[in-house]
Amino acid sequence: MMSRDNIERVRGVVRKEFIQIFRDPRLARVVFVAPVVQLLMFGYAVSTDVRFTASFLVDHDRTAASRRLVEALTSSEYFRIVGRSERPADLVRALERGSARVGIEIPAGYARDLHAPGGARVQLLFDGSNSNVALVARGYAEQIVRDHAIQLAGAADRQPVELRERAWFNPGLVSRNYNVPGVVGLLLLLLCMLLTSLAVVRERELGTLEQLMVSPLTPGELIAGKTIPFGLIAIVDLLIVMSVAVLWFRIPFVGNPLLVLLASVLYLFSGLGLGLLISTISKTQQEAFLSSFLVLMPTVLLSGFMFPVTSMPAVFQWFTLLNPVRHYLEIVRAVFLKGAGLSALWPQFVALALMGSSILWFASTRFHKTSR
Amino acid sequence: MAMLNRMRLGAVVRKEVLQLRRDTRSLILAFVLPIILLVLFGYAITWDVRHIRTAVVDYDRSPQSRDLLATLRASGYFDLVRELPRAADAAPAFERRDVQLVLVIPPDFSADLGAGRTARLQALVDGADANTATIVLAYAQGTVQAWSSRVLLRGTRLALPLTAESRVWFNEELVSRNMIVPGLVAVIIAIIASMLTSLTIAREWERGTMEQLAATPVTRIEVVAGKLIPYLVIGLTDVVMSSALGVALFKVPFRGDSALLIGLSFLFLCGALGLGMFISAVARSQVLATQLTLITTFLPAFLLSGFMFAIEVMPRPLQAVTYLVPARYFLVVTRGIFLKGVGLEVLWGEALLMVAFAAAGLALAVRNFRKEIA
Repeated sequence: MMSRDNIERVRGVVRKEFIQIFRDPRLARVVFVAPVVQLLMFGYAVSTDVRFTASFLVDHDRTAASRRLVEALTSSEYFRIVGRSERPADLVRALERGSARVGIEIPAGYARDLHAPGGARVQLLFDGSNSNVALVARGYAEQIVRDHAIQLAGAADRQPVELRERAWFNPGLVSRNYNVPGVVGLLLLLLCMLLTSLAVVRERELGTLEQLMVSPLTPGELIAGKTIPFGLIAIVDLLIVMSVAVLWFRIPFVGNPLLVLLASVLYLFSGLGLGLLISTISKTQQEAFLSSFLVLMPTVLLSGFMFPVTSMPAVFQWFTLLNPVRHYLEIVRAVFLKGAGLSALWPQFVALALMGSSILWFASTRFHKTSR
Repeated sequence: MAMLNRMRLGAVVRKEVLQLRRDTRSLILAFVLPIILLVLFGYAITWDVRHIRTAVVDYDRSPQSRDLLATLRASGYFDLVRELPRAADAAPAFERRDVQLVLVIPPDFSADLGAGRTARLQALVDGADANTATIVLAYAQGTVQAWSSRVLLRGTRLALPLTAESRVWFNEELVSRNMIVPGLVAVIIAIIASMLTSLTIAREWERGTMEQLAATPVTRIEVVAGKLIPYLVIGLTDVVMSSALGVALFKVPFRGDSALLIGLSFLFLCGALGLGMFISAVARSQVLATQLTLITTFLPAFLLSGFMFAIEVMPRPLQAVTYLVPARYFLVVTRGIFLKGVGLEVLWGEALLMVAFAAAGLALAVRNFRKEIA
């Protein structure tokens, strides 16, 4: 079906497209450097750990006993005293300003009350405007106070029950090991969709698309020529990003790299198809840019990229089944962390192949119509 | 020479508005994108982990082990979905992903408790999703420790000499939406502003209309101001719209002064729009402008502003970078006004930074906008 002429003409378009991208050396640099910058940002910024929480201390008691309580709280890595004062008003101010997220107020007579029948009380205030941090910090603080109390009571120097934790597939529970492979999915989609849609719409804006139409190129050749360059760039970016993930972030890679490559190619069909689809409905590059984000945000947020699919409402969970990003992420993570093979992952591969080919098919039929 | 001629400014504004009006889709998207983000973040996405699918391997089968399991069930976090006969069955259950946590109670659990030895429980968790796994383990630890303290004090006359009184301010019920929505208002404004303007000057270069603009007597300031004003209107509408939706749809409290929010949003928008135009003027090509906007504005607003990820736990160099992210300060403003109901007496520092950001953004845009054709 593909004659030598076909291939020759496709190669012509591909060459033209590459010349256009690399004519602007800044763009060439950005296309290869931006993914690395994004990976570094995600790798370092995305963490739900709660540590070193900024805390403000008001100690009315100022005794050895109150200092021991503060030490119990801060000797863990969870709390860090950023300010202290005698006036409760300062604590209120620190929480309002956001310079502290936790307030610790130890009442006068604390040391005395420890031996009184009712016991002593310590007041803990949490800034709920970041509910994640507040929830976890409250859990830590209460547990530390309880352990301290048990120790003071002399009941035992340890709890009678100990819970030993063991995590499968990711023993250190490094959230980076989970997030970084996920970033690969985001980057590939972003790159393919944006570059493809902008490249086509740009030609339409400048009127050079008509010139291509009157050339002997068939629509299929034009589409192939327009998408292959970005597919190739995406593959190169994939290799760069994966090397950074493994060599810099030390993400364990237990599985077969060829599986990731195969999944990526299938996944690229979806990305390139979506880019093409956006180009058929956009008149200007601004429209294409905004539309790409309109597609990107829901697909990425509803993929399990940062937010677990299992915590979503049922309707959205169903929706994620139609989302290529979800299937791609499952493959990448399973191959990276669990070393899973085709026998476990074939449903995801089939889903990716089906989605990729149908999106690409739909986009190219629309492309024929709109470009005529 | 007047730098700002009212008539010429009006003409540039009119041209930009005409262009926007013709480009209906962009206009619609500028209002639809915030709504979609609000709905997604408000409804679909959550880190709140509930109904943890838990399997139990109970080798002990004693009153104590049953009491512990009842406590777990009563906590509301754990759904005890099944009992496994052996701990070795955990692995296949994890691989099928129908279980998130497996709790193993050893055969000598109650005997150890009775003899005063440490009784050891084991929690196995699917660590592939480390975020969820960390939360699951934290809940498991908390519940087991609370039960353990009860066991310790049961039968003795001991009362704990110290109790913690926890109170949460500003978001008493710890609803994550109350944290997300005000933050999202800030993030939306940051990204919409930069996305709208990042292409406006690059577009003129690409289409060659910059030459036409150069041939007219308009000054640089007039062009920048003329391009700014329509987008400013869109941006402020987005602020009002998403705040109103957040309050009406998601019942997020709004305790502060709405005029202050609009005033500070105005300043922030000036800065963000100016920055977008600066990128546009420097890039001169729309593809490049989109990529630059993505790295310099879009991702930092999401990741480095403290919107979802606490800045305290980032590595030091990255923490230093966050000081350069304007959205970080604007986020303090929106959360402060929405949830804490604070005014300028607390937010004056952020307000000054907004003024500085606006001045810097606009100055950059004007300085780098060159009419002369290279």
